Amino acid sequence: MNVIETSGLGKRYGRTWALKDAALAIPAGYVVALVGPNGAGKTTLLHMSVGLTSPTTGQVTVLGGAPAGSPAALDHIAFVAQDAPLYQNLSVADMLHLTRNLNRRWDQQRAEARLNELRIPLNRKVGKLSGGQQAQLALTLAVARRPALLVLDEPLASLDPLARHDFMASLMAAVAEDGLSVVLSSHVIADLERMADYLIVLSHGQVQVAGEVEALLAKHRTLTGPAAAADELAERFAVVHARRAGTQAHVLVRSHQAVEPVPSGWEASPVGLEELVLAYLREPGAGALPGPMARVTQHAGIPA
Amino acid sequence: MTAVTAPAPPARAQRPIPWTKLAWVTWRQHRVALAGVAVLLGGLAVYLLVMGLKIHSAYQAVLSCHPLTSAECLVVTRPFSNYHQTALDTGVLLLAIPALVGVFVGAPLLARELEAGTFRFAWTQGCGRLRWAAAKLSLLAITVTVAAGAFSLLFRWFYQPFLDARLDGVLAPQLFNLVGVDFAAWTLVAFSIGAIAGVLIRRTVPAMAASRPWSSRAATPQASITTLPGCSASGIPARTALWLASRRSAMCWRTHRNPCSTRRTRT
Repeated sequence: MNVIETSGLGKRYGRTWALKDAALAIPAGYVVALVGPNGAGKTTLLHMSVGLTSPTTGQVTVLGGAPAGSPAALDHIAFVAQDAPLYQNLSVADMLHLTRNLNRRWDQQRAEARLNELRIPLNRKVGKLSGGQQAQLALTLAVARRPALLVLDEPLASLDPLARHDFMASLMAAVAEDGLSVVLSSHVIADLERMADYLIVLSHGQVQVAGEVEALLAKHRTLTGPAAAADELAERFAVVHARRAGTQAHVLVRSHQAVEPVPSGWEASPVGLEELVLAYLREPGAGALPGPMARVTQHAGIPA
Repeated sequence: MTAVTAPAPPARAQRPIPWTKLAWVTWRQHRVALAGVAVLLGGLAVYLLVMGLKIHSAYQAVLSCHPLTSAECLVVTRPFSNYHQTALDTGVLLLAIPALVGVFVGAPLLARELEAGTFRFAWTQGCGRLRWAAAKLSLLAITVTVAAGAFSLLFRWFYQPFLDARLDGVLAPQLFNLVGVDFAAWTLVAFSIGAIAGVLIRRTVPAMAASRPWSSRAATPQASITTLPGCSASGIPARTALWLASRRSAMCWRTHRNPCSTRRTRT
């Protein structure tokens, strides 16, 4: 089952396309990192997935075919928007009560236990909580809905390093406990490196990379060798990004097959997630849209 | 962490969230505005009640005085005719209520969510945004409309002696907006204008500012007795006291021309 599936998805604001012709099929059971620079269309994509924004073109379905924003979809998707907007003038307890009353699925015990663990007092006004505590409260409210899919938009952007760490720990605990699928966006790749096992790179409103992190890392290598011979590499590999430093060249390449011999005169080294993402973002023309993409085209007749 | 555990969303129609739960949400989020309306209307209701009792007893005194044209009765009717101007002034004051409801209950209702970004929280809950909006709008609309309706009934009772005395009719411009269904209807319209302004402007304070003139427009008396030439406000009570003596006058409702025309018919 795909937790989010889009075909030809586009959103135009005025004359600008925030997202254009996005075809994605995000399988269930992953922690998906949606990365890209500011203005790449991450929020637009997430908002369309949870039904907050309607697409200009194409369609988006969630959790195996439910239209985004439909009652069935909303029941099983929890969304934490950027800056975790909550009612500042309500107490934490009222915020729990309110969320409980707005949902069919709700686990009050779980919510209270989590807040207790985090030492967030129930009688405190939301507005009086720190930024980290508000983010944790928003996560608690989302997790207590027992969703199949948790969508988080830039959950770490406004948090200090310690709060980021704590937030990620809470999120990982929830994932381990419930086995839910997570899609989270960030413009800071380093934050996601340890936990994401599926990567989507968005750039200028286009999906540039989509795939399992492990597979992506296995397929990409940095080759170091003589700068003069760098152009020859293009015949054997898909060159993502080449960087020349004097007579040396560092070329990030994608292999066509899983195991490809290193050409003589070149030295191969594995790439990290951040390096890989940055290489793609520097080359908007390059793209790696493996496996699931092929399936999307076969699924072209998904009902709206 | 690649286990596929996500359950498929059920195909059957979902049981909707009960209204009572949504009513709690609405009450919890808007209780300050509702309490403000309650205090305002409650305070004015107490005033109307106290004044109303005085007016009713003054009217009883007028009715029990015989013969009405005697000098003693002229003295007895004076408090009652003095109350008439006060009652008219009170009515003008009450015309501000629908606008206040529009500005303080209607305008912030959705504007605050849009401004603070909390709509991104509210509209992604299992309830769905349509039911959420329907619950909030209808519950608050019903509340303010019923409150306004009850209030206009109270005002009707308060003003009834003057109507009985045929000093005014319910079609008089300064009364028409306050009695019958008009007051409740206008309150509902003002609330709706405020809510729509909130959605269109998406900012709380500008929405409140924008909805005020629109909310109060139709509730403004089209003409006022006091502003017409040759009919000074201070002259009315004395004249009406005299007019009271000739209650058989067939002209039982007063348009803005009436103070002058009554003088002509009287002489």
